[in-house]
Amino acid sequence: MASINILVVEDSPTMRQLIVFALKRLKDVSVTEASDGVDGLKKLSNNKFDLMIADINMPIMDGLKLVSLVRQDAKYKGMPIIIVTTEGAEEDKKRGLTLGANAYLTKPVQTTQLIATVKELLKI
Amino acid sequence: MSKERAEEFFNTFKKTAEFVKELLHDNERLRFQIARLEEELKSFKNRGVSIDAHAECHKKIALLEAEKQELLERFKEVENENKNFAEKYVEVENENNNLANLYIASYQLHSTLNFKEVVQIIMEIVINLIGAEIFVLFILDEKTNELTPIATEGLDISEVTNAKLGKGIIGKAAKSGENYFSEIIPMFEQFEQELPIACIPLKIKERTIGVIAIYKLLLQKERFTDLDYELFTLLAGHAATAIFSAKLYSESERKLSTIQGFIDLLTK
Repeated sequence: MASINILVVEDSPTMRQLIVFALKRLKDVSVTEASDGVDGLKKLSNNKFDLMIADINMPIMDGLKLVSLVRQDAKYKGMPIIIVTTEGAEEDKKRGLTLGANAYLTKPVQTTQLIATVKELLKI
Repeated sequence: MSKERAEEFFNTFKKTAEFVKELLHDNERLRFQIARLEEELKSFKNRGVSIDAHAECHKKIALLEAEKQELLERFKEVENENKNFAEKYVEVENENNNLANLYIASYQLHSTLNFKEVVQIIMEIVINLIGAEIFVLFILDEKTNELTPIATEGLDISEVTNAKLGKGIIGKAAKSGENYFSEIIPMFEQFEQELPIACIPLKIKERTIGVIAIYKLLLQKERFTDLDYELFTLLAGHAATAIFSAKLYSESERKLSTIQGFIDLLTK
């Protein structure tokens, strides 16, 4: 039984697979995938997650909206959130962090960097 | 005259007296030092330390010093070895990540036979794994020898026109089958079809079936990396076969349904 549950919300299957592939190298980690913000919210309400990784540009509901909604939920107030996006402008980063994300990584993301951030936020 | 001699004699006597006084003083000092050394010797003897033991200690100290020096050198060596291992670990880790990227890209490219999906996956790889913001995917029409844009990112497809095989940077890359990279990546001002920063011909063996032309990288991406060049090589082959297979599959599906239609007509 995995002790750490991570939710990956990303519309691109290629990127999602890359993130999942990287996360699976960590011990005792279970990864759940969601293809957009709404799907992500559904999965968040059905399970308990220790960390969420979300893209910004997604159909139906974007990552920023998702982050702000998640932060309003008492259940996930303290859950670390990592944004992984193509939006590299400083104002986008500020916006993401102000809305409640704990880390902001830009694509093309280095999986070593992603893993290091996950480890740091989960203190593992 | 005798007065002068008497004075001379008196001076000599005075100097001699001073010299003797000095000698007596030195003698006193030396006696004091001897007494001190004798005292020290006595105290060593009382503590059971002989002069030999003292010398032995000095020898041991020298040996330990030499050993310490040797250990310090060994420590330095191990530290260097450690540093080399750490560097190799980072190298292997990076290589591992690069291979993961390549594996996922190729896995995705061959995960479907649907032409639209294959094109979508190629676009995703170029955006997410390479980090391109503006690019065009051209497919070669072998009948007209023209490269037709079939997908774009960062600009409308209507802004892109067909490119002639062998003409311009894109056409020449398609004809030669060689990747093109501009020597410098200029500041992007506006889209100019004939000035891509990279052109990647998609090839099945020596046959080019299309080209990816990149015009702008993402803001945070300054230049192409070693991994990008490997991804380009992978894209050149795998994207081409994926496109070709998807096209063949859709054609065969179409033919199959036509034949099925004929069979149904004949048998009913």
